[in-house]
Amino acid sequence: MSTLESAILTLVTFIPLAGALLLLAAPRRDRDIRVFALVVTLLDFVLSLHLPAHFHRAQTGFQYELDHLWIANPNIHYHMGVDGISMWLVVLTTFLTPLCVLISWNSIHERVKEFFIILLILETALIGVFVSLDLFLFYFFWEATLIPMALLIGMYGHGRRVYAAIKFFLYTMIASVFMLAAILWLYAKVGSFDFVTIQNAVRNGQIENFPSAALWLFLGFFIAFAVKVPLFPFHTWLPDAHVEAPTAGSVLLAGVLLKMGTYGMLRFNLGLFPEQSRANAWWIAILALIGIIYGALVAMVQPNMKKLIAYSSISHLGFVVLGIFSFTQAGLDGATFVMLAHGISTGALFMLAGILYERRHTYEMSEFGGLASSMPMYAAFFLFITLASAGLPLLNGFVGEFLVLSGAFRAQPWWGVLGATGVIWSACYLLWMYQRVFFGKISHDINNSLPDLSGRERAALWPTAVMALLMGVAPLLWLNAIDPSVQAVLAPYTLMVSKAVGR
Amino acid sequence: MNHAIPQAVDYIRILPELVLSIFGIIVMLLDPLIDEIRGQKTLATIALIGSLAAILATLFQAQFPGLAFYAMVQVDSFSVFFHLLVAAVTTVVILTSYEYLAVQEIRAGEYYGLILFGAVGMSLMSSAVELVLIFIALEISSISTYILAGFRRRAAISSEASVKYFLLGSFATAFFLYGVALMYGASGSTSILAIGGFLRSGPIPLLAYVGVALMFVGLGFKVAAAPFHIWTPDVYEGAPSPVVGFMSTAPKAAVFAVLLRIMFEANAPGRIWLIWVVAALSMTLGNIGALVQDNVKRLLAYSSIAHAGYLLMAFAALPSNGIPAAMFYTASYAAMNVGAFAVVSHFGGPGERYVTLEDYAGLGRRSPILAATLTIFLLSLIGIPITGGFFAKFYVFSAALQANLVGLVIIGVLNSAVGAYYYLRIIVAMYMREGREEAPMTPIPFGLGAALAISVIATIYLGVLPGRVLDYAARTATDWGR
Repeated sequence: MSTLESAILTLVTFIPLAGALLLLAAPRRDRDIRVFALVVTLLDFVLSLHLPAHFHRAQTGFQYELDHLWIANPNIHYHMGVDGISMWLVVLTTFLTPLCVLISWNSIHERVKEFFIILLILETALIGVFVSLDLFLFYFFWEATLIPMALLIGMYGHGRRVYAAIKFFLYTMIASVFMLAAILWLYAKVGSFDFVTIQNAVRNGQIENFPSAALWLFLGFFIAFAVKVPLFPFHTWLPDAHVEAPTAGSVLLAGVLLKMGTYGMLRFNLGLFPEQSRANAWWIAILALIGIIYGALVAMVQPNMKKLIAYSSISHLGFVVLGIFSFTQAGLDGATFVMLAHGISTGALFMLAGILYERRHTYEMSEFGGLASSMPMYAAFFLFITLASAGLPLLNGFVGEFLVLSGAFRAQPWWGVLGATGVIWSACYLLWMYQRVFFGKISHDINNSLPDLSGRERAALWPTAVMALLMGVAPLLWLNAIDPSVQAVLAPYTLMVSKAVGR
Repeated sequence: MNHAIPQAVDYIRILPELVLSIFGIIVMLLDPLIDEIRGQKTLATIALIGSLAAILATLFQAQFPGLAFYAMVQVDSFSVFFHLLVAAVTTVVILTSYEYLAVQEIRAGEYYGLILFGAVGMSLMSSAVELVLIFIALEISSISTYILAGFRRRAAISSEASVKYFLLGSFATAFFLYGVALMYGASGSTSILAIGGFLRSGPIPLLAYVGVALMFVGLGFKVAAAPFHIWTPDVYEGAPSPVVGFMSTAPKAAVFAVLLRIMFEANAPGRIWLIWVVAALSMTLGNIGALVQDNVKRLLAYSSIAHAGYLLMAFAALPSNGIPAAMFYTASYAAMNVGAFAVVSHFGGPGERYVTLEDYAGLGRRSPILAATLTIFLLSLIGIPITGGFFAKFYVFSAALQANLVGLVIIGVLNSAVGAYYYLRIIVAMYMREGREEAPMTPIPFGLGAALAISVIATIYLGVLPGRVLDYAARTATDWGR
């Protein structure tokens, strides 16, 4: 059992990669390749369920840890482990990837083998980001997500795919160079890339020149994460990337890739630089609020369905950042929960948009209308997911946003007030989109004969719908693991506050 | 000078050079005797055996460290490292040339002979510790590459490359020789060890500064460092691709070896600012120049200028981590660049017609394996983790940081971000653009396959387990510190 305990993260991380390597040697029989990819990703999902099943919920700190020396100079360790926050992000990744395989079943018909190889490599990289506890390993996986994602967009995307792929790559790559610089600085001073070691060194004040450099280090990490999230004003790559990406690319981009940014803020900005996080929270929260409102307003006027969902992501991720920088238990719990909920519901929205695109080869909402009569089952799924995304109580979007807002309100009342308008806006643009696509008269004849969901598509959508409901009804299943980890993240902040009060 | 007559061990200390020379002579002698068509393969195989024998000779020689031939040659972990590197690059280049020469219809005889003779010069450069011998070795290596550059006899551009390289190269060697003379005038010796002792002991005469600067001009030309880089794009464009793979890696590695000896073992004065400026210029001019290139060979030429700049950063650092960083960089650069040019030479086709970015469009579809290997080399050139290129940059940057060269590191980091763009253009073209004309793809022949496999394995190995190579390189630093 104990060997499995320490090997489970390695297995979950590298099974997709092993699958990709096997595919490399496989003959080009498209159907078999799809089935194989599905089997591998499902296997990975099942294995990853081991994590929450055997997680010690009350315990803080990292679990399922594995720490091996990888390279002696520089001192790099193969150090993996998860806490209650990253564990769920891993499961989110393994949950969404099989759905991506299903949704790409027919829409990808050229270079099928390459597509699934890239998808599997991407899954390994994404999981690696969440389980790495060595800054170098983290940076490695972080950069490793870039190439497969850019290839997915550039090789399988739509019209302006090359432009979008290069923009995505350069934006995020240049931003992460700053993070690398910060990581190297820390390594030069501490002599280790280990997250826990560095964190202890910071807390005990063992790093020379730390106070003068800390702000720059904080910003170095922050800029890399902010571009990934993306936080206003670093968001301009996102709509392009989403609109051009194939459906599976969009699902993983919105569902998981963006969370790498917010996860990074939570883990590294808050974890390593408590004082700087506190001091800079005000402008970060303002940027998050601008993101919430601006993203929603821009989403409102989009004629393109995918662009609308992309801008709604900017708005939702604004909630996450706001929650993180509220430094309250509720805010951080909520932020983590929004990450998961947004992954499910926005992933599902992109799948739904992709299903429509397969039938009509357009995302323009003016091309549709009245679909509720020709595709009733599709309309039902769409409505359910839309309501979840808009934050209807008893569905997953509500829990997280409520927690974030209550946390934000406690930190600064006006943050909560402004943030709460975001919920209203999101109902506006989502429901309006729904109205334009599904209600009214059918304006284009071709829409009369669109086939409703196939069995495969239903298989991809049901899990998301079930999860959206389950997370809304029983959020404690998730929160009881998240809560202690958030407490651990917040510990130095409560200390700071009590010190300030004591004075 | 312990003994007047060279002993057996002296010959062991130049054994790789002897082996390479003998095989080179065999190739030259056999060439007129055997059949022209089938003889190509035979000669290549002999040359291949020669380079493999040189590797074995080096491994054998490693057990006999010390000075030889009146303290002109020194075998130490440093020279063994570069001997192995040069021989390995030679092997890969010969493997690549098997098919290339047949496709281009180039007669093989002198070609393989010259490659082996060039390797003799390069090997000797890394073990020579006497400036005049270094000069001779430099000339052996340079003259071979001058001729090799002109081997595409039917292409005017190749002859142009050869002449240009020859004229500018001789000019640069003259600078080096002048520097040697001035150094002799300043210190009274041409032995690097003696010069080092002299420079460490007393006040440094102005003449020594001038001598170092002039030597640096000559060597800077050979490694294509700015502002002595003007020849590079034209020569790389014109020369046969396997030869470019050869001359952008092996002679460069050898010249860097010489530079390391002069800069660190001889403790050259004024090196830091000299190198600071040249490194910053090379990185910046190389990367900016590469941005606008549409010809892949020219693009890689500018990239090699930029990489010379990154590498030179290590020379401005402290010996304890600058030397291993520089050595590691030469090794990983050799692996990825020789591999990249192997792909370029296969894909070029008869007369090297397919060398522009447009020709590379759709390569990912037409030849997935070739495209995938080239992608690995390009990612390594960018410096993406788990490739050798990443740790190469990492060690160089951290060595420079430890020497407090923060400004230079910032320039380097910004440059690597710029560099990512033009390497990506090739990847984008291969995978994301449709090919305009379906250039015929021949299957990958065995020789090239082996060459690519060696380069890919080396690139990934250096990126996943860099420890052993770095430790070996670090031994030099401690050797010289004593």
